[in-house]
Amino acid sequence: MKKPLLEFTNKGIYCSAAKVYLDPWQPVDKAIISHGHADHSRYGHKHYITHHRNVPIISHRLGEINVIGKEWGETFVINNVKFSLHPAGHIIGSSQIRVESKGEVWVFTGDYKTENDGISTPYEVVKCNTFITECTFGLPAFKWIPQKEVLDDINQWWAENQTEGKTSVLFGYSLGKAQRLLKYLNPDIGKIYTHGAIENMTRVLRPLVDFPETTLITRETKKEALLGNIVLAPPSAHGSTWIRKMVPYVTASASGWMTFRGARRRRAIDKGFVLSDHCDWQGLLDSIKATGAEKVICTHGYTEIFSRYLSEQGYDARTEETQYEGELGELNAAKEEPVEMN
Amino acid sequence: MKKFASLIKTLDSTNKTNVKVQALADYFTDADDSDKVWTIAILSHRRPPRPVNTTLLREWASDLANIPLWLFEESYHIVGDLAETIALIIPSAKTSTEKNLTQFLKEMIALKKKTDEAKKSYLYENWKTLDYYERFVFTKLITGGFRIGVSQKLMTRALSRAVEIDEDILAYKLMGNWDPNKISFQELVLEENASDYLSKPYPFYLAYAIEGEVADLGDVNAWSAEHKWDGIRSQVILRNNELFVWSRGEELVTDKYPEFSALIGAIPNGTVIDGEILPYLDGAIGTFNDLQTRIGRKKVSKALLEKVPVILKAYDLLEWEGKDIRTLPFTERRKLLERLVETITSGTPADSEARTDKKPLYLSPTIHFSSWNEVAEERDRAREMRSEGLMLKRKDSPYLVGRKKGDWWKWKVDPLTIDAVLTYAMRGHGRRSNLFTDYTFGLWNKNEAGEKELVTFAKAYSGLTDAEFRKVDAWIKKNTLERFGPVRSVTPYHVFEIAFEGIALSKRHKSGVATRFPRILRWRQDKKIEEADSLSTLKKLIP
Repeated sequence: MKKPLLEFTNKGIYCSAAKVYLDPWQPVDKAIISHGHADHSRYGHKHYITHHRNVPIISHRLGEINVIGKEWGETFVINNVKFSLHPAGHIIGSSQIRVESKGEVWVFTGDYKTENDGISTPYEVVKCNTFITECTFGLPAFKWIPQKEVLDDINQWWAENQTEGKTSVLFGYSLGKAQRLLKYLNPDIGKIYTHGAIENMTRVLRPLVDFPETTLITRETKKEALLGNIVLAPPSAHGSTWIRKMVPYVTASASGWMTFRGARRRRAIDKGFVLSDHCDWQGLLDSIKATGAEKVICTHGYTEIFSRYLSEQGYDARTEETQYEGELGELNAAKEEPVEMN
Repeated sequence: MKKFASLIKTLDSTNKTNVKVQALADYFTDADDSDKVWTIAILSHRRPPRPVNTTLLREWASDLANIPLWLFEESYHIVGDLAETIALIIPSAKTSTEKNLTQFLKEMIALKKKTDEAKKSYLYENWKTLDYYERFVFTKLITGGFRIGVSQKLMTRALSRAVEIDEDILAYKLMGNWDPNKISFQELVLEENASDYLSKPYPFYLAYAIEGEVADLGDVNAWSAEHKWDGIRSQVILRNNELFVWSRGEELVTDKYPEFSALIGAIPNGTVIDGEILPYLDGAIGTFNDLQTRIGRKKVSKALLEKVPVILKAYDLLEWEGKDIRTLPFTERRKLLERLVETITSGTPADSEARTDKKPLYLSPTIHFSSWNEVAEERDRAREMRSEGLMLKRKDSPYLVGRKKGDWWKWKVDPLTIDAVLTYAMRGHGRRSNLFTDYTFGLWNKNEAGEKELVTFAKAYSGLTDAEFRKVDAWIKKNTLERFGPVRSVTPYHVFEIAFEGIALSKRHKSGVATRFPRILRWRQDKKIEEADSLSTLKKLIP
């Protein structure tokens, strides 16, 4: 039997014909990287290939690496296998990876969302035979509201906290969610303060996107200066002494998980905004249909449930174990140590 | 409904008690009077009976959402709340309703008697037109079980703030039997109405667990001590030749314990006794496990009555000769209680097993001691006495309302503990939805072939910190062996120290042993599964 174009190995998704891995989780010689989140772009590969908008991101995260940046849709051939990157709409520089050999096309989505967030290049439908998809939110309980409504709510929440003389603390992952929030925060309401992890990543991205002005919280920042303003912080900062020093404050989290009342209560967050960089249920189903794929492989999220549903809908669907975490990674992100504030 | 839904949303979206109390107080000031009564009813577990069973709810909701039933069930296991699942999967409406809470509840009460077809169309109509949060609250009212972090005490405090009536008086007014469909806010909350009080129990006085050293309570002579019985805390009321038995959960359980009707005529009218319902087998107190066979039964068979009879261990007297005597010092109330029980036993000591009167009323004896050391020694006898430890009551203490610190303390025996292996896990509910927090634990045992295997002995879902639960959850998701619906078996790897209050032989459990109130004491990351305890070690703990 001939080998499939892409295989799932203990190091990652592997194209044996080209000797190339996609988003591998063990060190390899040649890796094509979908996007800059830690579970997809790891340390230790000899060669990285990714979209050029992702180059500054992974260079910032991983330090000195040997990386080549590609354009959207630019075809590069390795051992007769054709590769190209196409926008995934997940975060800035995030791609789907298209692999073609002998007339057969596979697409690996990495993480993706179909709504245009205005800072990531919008998701593009790529026709294929086999679609390797994430399904972080592959349950019918997940249904996103248009971004504009959520972001208006967030600005309104900030303005309300301001009238009560409180600091607004908004949690979002330091790469992706934080910049999406920042892009739409209304600087007419007040100043936007940042946690170090977010400030550093935003600085890397400023040449690519026009963001409102931010102020890094440092040792010199007085908590009185924060009152009425907003602080952007990674989820891992929740409950830290760094945050507790900001009293009086109100916390909010922006994540797809905020759909569940339990998720918000469990984390003792005052307010939850449902805003995700992944597809909701309908988004997943629509994009799978649009690719025209007959085979679907589900990699991370509610894989068992989602692939069972797809099978019932007539797809040849299965799951594969990977080490991608989707937005769960966001929830359980490692502590990013902030600078102490006086 | 808009107001009620927005109240629930506010209560649900804060962890701050003050914000909750203020939101409720505002609601009790602004809402329609009938809505206020219903809100009090709902928050004190007096919901109307469920008009539609949950099987139909699931079917109809998945139908309307156009998804297969299995997918609905999977979603429910992950969301962890039926009403929330339904509200989430049904396509969203932007419209809202003008009907108030009372109208909705009246419709739901009427709905119970209607045909399935009529029920279905009623649900569809509302599910399709209510916005997300109203749809959630509406469905929650149908399914029942409003657990939103508002205790009855907190609700009473808010009501007190709104109507400016003392909290303890309100707590008393809101007790017992009243029908939100018939009573007005005026009658329930504002008016003084003596005739309503016939069946009413007093709010129970509840103790906190003692903090620090017992000797810190000061002069030992200022205290009275007795065993803390492990049964059902209850009030037995006799007024106007009618007997009422109330459990601490404010459930009227008179019919469940027909034994107590023997007290009619034996004790005078205008008497309210506080005590513990206990199983009493062959002149000795049984285990909580014995009592368990009685708790669930509404109608008790003659055979069961003979097999597991119950008594009341009385420890306090709240009403005597029709007068509320809760403000008298404990010792005086106690003297009256002792005299009352003696009149029944006609001379035999009231807590003696040699009584001939057969009345199910016994005295919870107070302990004689002259030092805290002697009190501690008595506490060490708790297991053999079938008690949970001791109750310490200040001799001059009045009978207060609710859980209060200072005058009464419970001093429980240290729990029994054993090291067990995590074998199965299930997702939790409420704030733990989508997290694997409900665990099953196993102990080593040799099977018939002489091989060591893990036998399930207890389930527990409390005792870890949120951070620990998150860690265990992540581990479970990566180490699942098999899935059985919502339950997952996991690789035996983690050892936990499990604490429990009591232990007894049981035919209903696979291990042959039932433990009382098992919970996780700590995560023994230092232990390997081979070091976990065996079933035989557990059995040695049976008294």
